[in-house]
Parts: sequence; structure tokens; C-alpha cells
Amino acid sequence: MEIKKTAMAGTLESSDLQIMLSQGTKGIEFDLTSDVAKQFGDDIKATIKAVLDAFGIDNVLVKVVDKGALTPVIKARAITAAQRALDIADQPQWEVL
Amino acid sequence: MKNNVNREIPDQILKDHNYEGFKTVDFGNPEIQRVAPKVTAQVGPSKVVESIKKVVSETVKDGMTISFHHHFREGDFVFNMVMREIIDAGYKDLTLAPSSLTNVMNDIVVEAIQKGTVTNITSSGMRGSLGDAVSHGALKNPVIFRSHGGRARAIEEGAVKIDVAFLGVPNADEMGNANGMNGDAAFGSLGYALIDAQFANKVVLVTDSLMPYPNTPASIKQTQVDYVVKVDKVGDPDKIGSGATRFTKDPKELQIAEMVNDVITHSPYFKDGFSFQTGSGGAALAVTRFLRNSMIENQIKASFALGGITKPTVDLLNEGLVGRIMDVQDFDKGAASSMKNDANQQEIDASWYADPANKGAMVDKLDVSILSALEIDTKFNVNVMSGSDGVIRGAIGGHQDAATSKLTIISAPLVRGRIATIVPDVTTVITPGDSIDVLVTEVGIAINPKRQDLVDTLSKVPGLPIFTIEELQQKAEKLVGKAQPLQFTDRVVALAEYRDGTLIDVIKEVKD
Repeated sequence: MEIKKTAMAGTLESSDLQIMLSQGTKGIEFDLTSDVAKQFGDDIKATIKAVLDAFGIDNVLVKVVDKGALTPVIKARAITAAQRALDIADQPQWEVL
Repeated sequence: MKNNVNREIPDQILKDHNYEGFKTVDFGNPEIQRVAPKVTAQVGPSKVVESIKKVVSETVKDGMTISFHHHFREGDFVFNMVMREIIDAGYKDLTLAPSSLTNVMNDIVVEAIQKGTVTNITSSGMRGSLGDAVSHGALKNPVIFRSHGGRARAIEEGAVKIDVAFLGVPNADEMGNANGMNGDAAFGSLGYALIDAQFANKVVLVTDSLMPYPNTPASIKQTQVDYVVKVDKVGDPDKIGSGATRFTKDPKELQIAEMVNDVITHSPYFKDGFSFQTGSGGAALAVTRFLRNSMIENQIKASFALGGITKPTVDLLNEGLVGRIMDVQDFDKGAASSMKNDANQQEIDASWYADPANKGAMVDKLDVSILSALEIDTKFNVNVMSGSDGVIRGAIGGHQDAATSKLTIISAPLVRGRIATIVPDVTTVITPGDSIDVLVTEVGIAINPKRQDLVDTLSKVPGLPIFTIEELQQKAEKLVGKAQPLQFTDRVVALAEYRDGTLIDVIKEVKD
């Protein structure tokens, strides 16, 4: 599935993460900026990918600026961005959550 | 070989640089032959030279070792002025041997490395763009990191032979009598520079304030000085030390500080006449405040406070709660300006402070020290040198030295952002676990199992949660997840000495 519109969630505060989803054509593509990319880069991508998979999003550009967020925060920001991008923020897919 | 903190030290490094691996924290009682500097006699009425350029051309030659101190910290002008002249004059293959390197020195050192002016560095530490450059292999020869006590030892025994020391001072007379206490750019104790003044073959004072002769009190004496250069400004007073010390309001730091205080006050060392050293971080400053209240409540006074000094420690002196301050450097204006007014705030040099190869250093008399950590592992080994990405961004300072105290407490949060502070193995061992007694985090403490006496005593303290260090490590990992191991090449970019001159670890080039 492709997203309907570009959407963003999160802030640039420390321990938060900002994620932007925009139209993509070549599967799930990541652009990750993080001070902990060496230690947790794969982990951050896997966490976000799992959320996107649950929403059925498979063509998307994912721009992430991570400020050392813990996994639950990453997941929450990804879910919010996905709902906004699919224009379903008013009718959340509870089964995905 | 594997040394006694289980670090693999390449045999070639040991051979090429004439090192032994770290064995023990006990220095023993070896007999040591010290070296003495070359002295060029002079009887003239003045040593004032008109420019740094002139004095550089008279003293510096290719391949020499030059030194500086870091008492001006981020407000230092002298380092950049001197290095500019040295780079522009085209010198090659110099060894840079400052007491430490602050951020304001980074760019010019990187330039000196790129131009071949500097090919060797020894320092307490480095950070920022310089740490990054070195970690990426900018320097051909490995940097050697030494503690403040270890540097004094290396200079005294001749492992570091300083040809020219360029020492910035906020005042001096025409013959080289100087101190750190007076003048616009006063920074207080000259502790680290005193070793250079004593052992360098040539000593150049750089000052912005020429005083009538004789200038007293003289921490550096005219008998040690070859040249005096007058410049416009030696430093930016606002950046030398922070102004008013702000107490932390961070609940995590306060929680840690309160628990550190609990550990100290319930330890057998908390009795009249005890001694302590604290750092300058938020939690350490807060400890001083809690400790003050406990001292008043229990009518206990300390005989001395040691090391890098801050205003809160000076307040304890003024209140009569501390008998003496033994001052090797001052972290803020309050501490820097009080030295000249109070004979009980004694300036000490790095050797007196912390040198193991001595007839007695002050750290040997130290009861309690509170130190920080970037990382601490389940063997209680501490890293204060390499960051979570493996890049050099710290300094040994007096960490290894003060850790020899009877009760060494590491205060550190369980995690910083997504980085665990307590790990299975630290990236770089700087201070061996054998000299660490208690780790205090915001969730509880861990006691080195070697200190069963402390386990017995502190177990009786109500409301003090005690864990094994493995339990704390697992708590941290549960919170942040398991980190992927850092990637390094085989190339060694820095050597970390223990204070006795053995190698405790090596730092390798990071792979990006």
C-alpha cells in the first residue's frame, strides 16, 4: 500500500524521534540520522518497519531524525505518522495498535 | 598479551613503545631515578622579549617536545598564539605535551597535524574535532594519554622530556615571578604548570600583566624561567571558569547525589578529620551540599578537600567544615578568587597531588572520592575517554589517581538517552575496577564484591537499594535494548597509560 499524503510525527527533543513519511516507489526506504546509529540503527529501522508492515505500507520514504529515543517512543511516533499519512488519524486501526 | 584488566595489548605496541601491560593498582616502593632540566645561566636585569615569534625562533627546533597547561580552559589565548607562530614558521615533527587539551585548542592542533608540525601528542585527554580526527587516524603515531599524576611521574622520570614550556600566566614580573591568582585572567591554582616550570629545559612565560619586581606570591619562580613575553590578553575571563555555580534541579542527579551522601555518611570513613575529593559535575556539586548538612548534623569536620576545586567546597572552608583545601586547579571564579585571600586554600602541584612515584602524594591520604564515568562495566572498570560511538571525547584527569582513595564512589545515571552507562565491557578501560568501591545510580547502588566490609555495613542502611552490578547492567539493557558492538580497525590510534606507566588499554581507529 502507498501512503496518501506526507505526514510527520515527533519532535527534535532529546530522547524523542521525528519521523516523516512521504511518497515512495521503491519499497520502504530509510534516511536515518541518529547519534546512536552505530549501536541502534538497525534496531530503530526494524521497529519502524514492523509498524509500517502492520499498516500495510510497503512503498514509502522514511526520514528519521532520532535523538536517542527508546523503542516504545519510536513505535508511538511511527504509528502516529502512519495514521496521519494514511489519513486515518480519526479512525485508528485498533487491531494494528 | 592480555593485561590484568583483560585487555588485548598488541605485542608490537609494547615492543615499539617500550611498555609493560597493566598488572596491579599497588605501586609498591620502587627506587626511582629522576631527571633534571638543562639550565642556561643568566644574570641580566630582565627576561622580557618583545614577541612570541622571537622567543619561538630562539627556542624551538624540529623534533622538540613543547608543552602548555590548560588552566585557562576554554578561555585560553596563549596556546593558539604560540601554535600559530610555530606552524607559520614551518617547524616539523614536534611532540605536543600539554597537561590537557581543551576545545578552544582543537582546530589549530588539527591544522598542526595536517601540516606535519605535530607528529606526537601526549595529553590528559582531548575531545571535539581533535578527538574525532585522532580517532579517524589523522596522527601517524599513537597519542599517549596520562592521568595528571601519571604526567608528573613521566616528566620526573624523563619519559617526557620537555624542551620548551610555554606557560600562560595572568601576571609576572620581568624576571618570571608569577602566580595564577591575580590579574584579569586569574584562574587560581597553577598546579599542572608547576611541573613544567620545574622540569622543562626552557620555560617561557606569556603574560598580559607585567608587575613591578618582585612579584609575589611567586608560584613560578624566576629561578625557573628563561623568557617573559608580554601580550595583549592571555585569556577570556568569562570562559576560563564558569561564574556562579548553579545547583542542579535535575531530580535524577539529586537522587544520585543523595544516595552518594548516604553511602559516604554510613561508611566507616565518615568521622572527624576525614578527607574527600569531588568533581565538578552536577551530581558532584549536589553531593557537596548534602554532605555539608550531614557534617553539621553529625558535628563532623573534614581535614581537607582535594583536587579540582569549586565554590561550594570553598564555602565549606569558610564555614569551618573543611580544614584545608589542597588545590591543584579551580573550576569556577569563586574558587579561583578565594585562593589569594585564604592561606588555608593551598596551591599544590600535580606531583604533590597525585604522582605515585613520589615520597607521598595527597591522593594516598584521601578517604573518599566521588568520580564520574562515561561507562562502567560489570568488572567495575571505568571508561572516561571514548564515547558511545568509540570516538575519543574525554580526559583521564585525576580519575585514576583519586580512585586510589579508601572509598571510591562512581556516580552515574543508569542510562544517558539511549546509551547504557553500565555495560558488560567498557569500550576503553581507563580506571581499573580494583580501585572502584561503589557505583551509585538513580535506581540503587552496587558494591564491588571485593569490599565485603562495605557490603556488610551498607546493607544495614534503611532505604538504600543494593543490587549486584550485573543486575544494574541488565536493568539498563532492558531499558535501552542491546547495542550492536562498535566497529574498529586494527590500527592503534591512542595508548592509555595507568598512573604507574603501564598500559591499561589501547584505543583503535573507528570504522565508519
